Amino acid sequence: MTLLWILLLPLLGTLVPLLTAKWNRSACALATALPPAFALMLLMYHSPALLAGETLQFVRQWAPVLGLQLHIRIDGLAFLFALLILGIGLLIILYARYYLSERDSMARFYAYLMLFMTAMLGIVLSGNLLQLWLFWELTSVSSFLLISFWWHKSEARRGARMALTVTGAGGLALLAAFLLTGQIVGSYELDLVLASAELIQQHSLYPLLLVLFLLGCFTKSAQFPFHFWLPNAMAAPTPVSAYLHSATMVKAGIFLLARFYPALSGTELWFVLVSVTGLATLLIGAYLALFKHDLKGLLAYSTISHLGLITLLFGMGTDLAAVAGVFHIINHATFKASLFMAAGIIDHESGSRDMRKLNGLWQFMPITATLAMVAAAAMAGVPLLNGFLSKEMFFAETLHQHLLGSISWVIPVLATVAAVFSVAYSMRFIHDVFFNGQPKGLTKTPHEPPRYMRVPVEVLVALCILVGIFPGYLIGDLLHAASLAVLAGEVPEYSLSIWHGLNLPLLMSVLALAGGTLIYVNRKHLFDFQNTLPEMDALNSFERLVKQFAARCVRLYGFIDNGSLQRYMTLVLLSFVILAGTPLTNLAVLWGGREELPLDAVNVTGALMLLIAAFATVVWHRKRVVALLMISVVGLMVSIAFTRFSAPDLALTQLSVEVVTIILLMLALFFLPHKTPKQSEASRVVRDVSIAGMVGVVIGSLSYALMTRPLSSISDFFIANAKTGGGGTNVVNVILVDFRGFDTLGEITVLGIASLGIFKLLTRIPLFKPSSDGDGRPWALERHSLLLSTVSQSLLPLAVMVSIYIFFRGHNLPGGGFIAGLVTAVAIILQYIAQGVDWVKARMNVEYQRVVAVGLLIALLTGAASWLFNRPFLTSWFDYFDVPVLGKLELASAIAFDLGVYVTVVGSTLLILASLGKMTTSHRPVHKETI
Amino acid sequence: METLVACCIGFLTACGIFLMLRGRTFPVMLGLTMLSYAVNLFIFTSGRLTLRGAAVLGTSEHYADPLPQALVLTAIVIGFAMTAFLVILAIRARADLGNDHVDGKLPDADSFKKESR
Repeated sequence: MTLLWILLLPLLGTLVPLLTAKWNRSACALATALPPAFALMLLMYHSPALLAGETLQFVRQWAPVLGLQLHIRIDGLAFLFALLILGIGLLIILYARYYLSERDSMARFYAYLMLFMTAMLGIVLSGNLLQLWLFWELTSVSSFLLISFWWHKSEARRGARMALTVTGAGGLALLAAFLLTGQIVGSYELDLVLASAELIQQHSLYPLLLVLFLLGCFTKSAQFPFHFWLPNAMAAPTPVSAYLHSATMVKAGIFLLARFYPALSGTELWFVLVSVTGLATLLIGAYLALFKHDLKGLLAYSTISHLGLITLLFGMGTDLAAVAGVFHIINHATFKASLFMAAGIIDHESGSRDMRKLNGLWQFMPITATLAMVAAAAMAGVPLLNGFLSKEMFFAETLHQHLLGSISWVIPVLATVAAVFSVAYSMRFIHDVFFNGQPKGLTKTPHEPPRYMRVPVEVLVALCILVGIFPGYLIGDLLHAASLAVLAGEVPEYSLSIWHGLNLPLLMSVLALAGGTLIYVNRKHLFDFQNTLPEMDALNSFERLVKQFAARCVRLYGFIDNGSLQRYMTLVLLSFVILAGTPLTNLAVLWGGREELPLDAVNVTGALMLLIAAFATVVWHRKRVVALLMISVVGLMVSIAFTRFSAPDLALTQLSVEVVTIILLMLALFFLPHKTPKQSEASRVVRDVSIAGMVGVVIGSLSYALMTRPLSSISDFFIANAKTGGGGTNVVNVILVDFRGFDTLGEITVLGIASLGIFKLLTRIPLFKPSSDGDGRPWALERHSLLLSTVSQSLLPLAVMVSIYIFFRGHNLPGGGFIAGLVTAVAIILQYIAQGVDWVKARMNVEYQRVVAVGLLIALLTGAASWLFNRPFLTSWFDYFDVPVLGKLELASAIAFDLGVYVTVVGSTLLILASLGKMTTSHRPVHKETI
Repeated sequence: METLVACCIGFLTACGIFLMLRGRTFPVMLGLTMLSYAVNLFIFTSGRLTLRGAAVLGTSEHYADPLPQALVLTAIVIGFAMTAFLVILAIRARADLGNDHVDGKLPDADSFKKESR
């Protein structure tokens, strides 16, 4: 459990700065530092076991079927990285307190920083590949936030976007690699994966897996050719650069190389890809660093070069090289973080990072200068400093490899060349900034920073020196434990002493120091040469690339999505024909073996009427009123078909819906043109007819195939239990209000939502009143026919009575809430038509939206009432009572539910039709501003 | 009988689809209504055709499948609500945009290209 807290504390720490933002700056920084400090203590508590080579685990299952679990796993390598992340993180918190100005939001900065720290810890502590990947992506996102911290600067935004694009894309490649690994190994558990080296490397997909994996690592660790994002990320505040770009973020890729070293390395492909990439990065980074005038730019390219060095070490494939790689991870983190912080101090106290302006700072800030010089010397590989030791090991290893066969000797040569440049740029950092004349054109006089801003640098520089002099005492155990984890087994003999005697590596170091000095002294010629080369602006070319890509996408999108709904419909329907039609062609016989019912004259006549009416609707669809009349015939025939085939409930529903639909469409015609202009070309008609024909054939065939197949249905259950379980003999109604009551509740809710949506759509509609019909005949001034109003008045009570009758008998005979509701609604609509809105409103002033709400509430509360009896939602209840006059009476809770349905249907239908009908009157829906 | 019903369903579908492919809102509404007839019939007939067998207990020897009927009953009502929503949308679109084309603007080759850019 303490293991989990190591990860949880920084996560909770994300909130701390936000909560303490109101305190003064030091208190806020102190509070922020507490969680990682505790986490570090917890980590140190486990250090004896970890240094002894043990692996500590904490597992909490989440979804084991999917291979998902919370798995914390700490071994030597994870311990080393967690130590760097938490330790340097704490120093950064202290440093940032002084670096950030009053105008910057310190709380926001710390919150991002803690989020990033959590993400990094998550990567190194994960024991599950998917969990690791999640944290990996989180580092991309949180580093994006950190790099763009000064979002008012364009370069910060662009740099952050570039970093996110490159590392995010690499993250996707990594995910693919992890998924492949999971498929091959059969598990996402790190322990299992690391133990399955043979299985993975024998697999035919290993090359693909390795390339994807390395893409992830190389993008994150800024390896050539993905290195360009790192210099542009220097737009970040310096504490961010010191943390992300020295010790953590860019080391995440290296960490993965080390982590999966036991599982993936050892093949020819690994050697070639990793070592060549590392070598190229090492050289390019070291060379370009010399020419950067920006302090942080120099450090960025130097970081790239050192990352290349570590990559090259892991690519060599010997055990000693891996140990050297781990050692250099530690050393690079310490001297590079301190150098970044020193650069930040110089920037902070002199107002510039340009080495052409910064000269002779020694006289202004001697202490900072001393610290920076020691760290830079460590970077150059000067003896008695930590950088020297790992560089010696690196040189020794380059001499022992045989990667390139007979021309393997170029590797030590190139390594020395890179070291020469490394010395040269380190000298530039020292000489150009602190000596070399007087500052030129600085806006303020440089001075020493606040006392505590220097403390982090001092700590790290002290480590550089101490490790450089007493390597064995200080980090011998740590290095051993980490190497043990990387090599998954035996750690070779190695010596951490400062003096190995007069040997070839030492000669290479001496050569590098001498050559570097020589190049630095004669740098002017090199600078002149470099200036003749065309300037490579990675940021602009990257953005141009992204823009081109986006433009291509827009063009492709415009081709697919041209804004024509008809075209989309055509495409959807064509795909339907293909998808649904293909299986039909595989069916030998459409007939499924069920005897057809005999034809009779009534049915044939009905069918013919239906077909003719449908055809007429299509033919006359441009004469809209005629088409409307024709389609009402179709609807009528459909409801007759329902009666014919034993569905009286459906027939009643269809009939009453038909009435309201036609009224609705009539009303709509008032507001829409009465004729459709002829617009479609003949070819369009042919196309549409063929598509419609194909869909019709497919649907008709499906329907026939379905109908002629024997039926096996779950309906027998409903028929058997309708009376005993639901208390009704009309099975359809019992299904609606009882068996499938929850569905019905959903359906009336949809109905209510649709009607409310309509109500809302009609408010504030720009008013227009056509004064004549489509043929130019003016509308009659006599608005309400006397005959109709007289008849409709006497019809209302009758209709209401009928609907009540239909409602109550619904449980046992055809009828029910839906049908009764529609009948009532139609009767009331008739009043509107016959008498007008004013007349109805004077007699029945109801807001129909409230009716809908009441109906839904009734249904919902009926369902909820069963909770009172400790039953699940919508459990029904019924019983029989002997009422004196009426005799034996059945009461069922389903009746109450059906009442809810009834009220909702009445309310919705009236809301729809009455709102539309009121459009031409002064009662049309208006938008009420609520305050 | 099944052949005849299947023909009717297929024909209604075809008519509905053809109308829905028109460019003006009103034929599209007609098409949608027609298509919902076809779909309702299709679902209904998935319970097979039964003559004189309404699913009211005690009225006949064999009963029609009540489950598709219950499904179609609510489908009819919701179909009405959806048609109504579409109708109002069309009215609103005409009021706001000044025409009754489904795309909200009359087809015009030039203006189309400008828009999509």
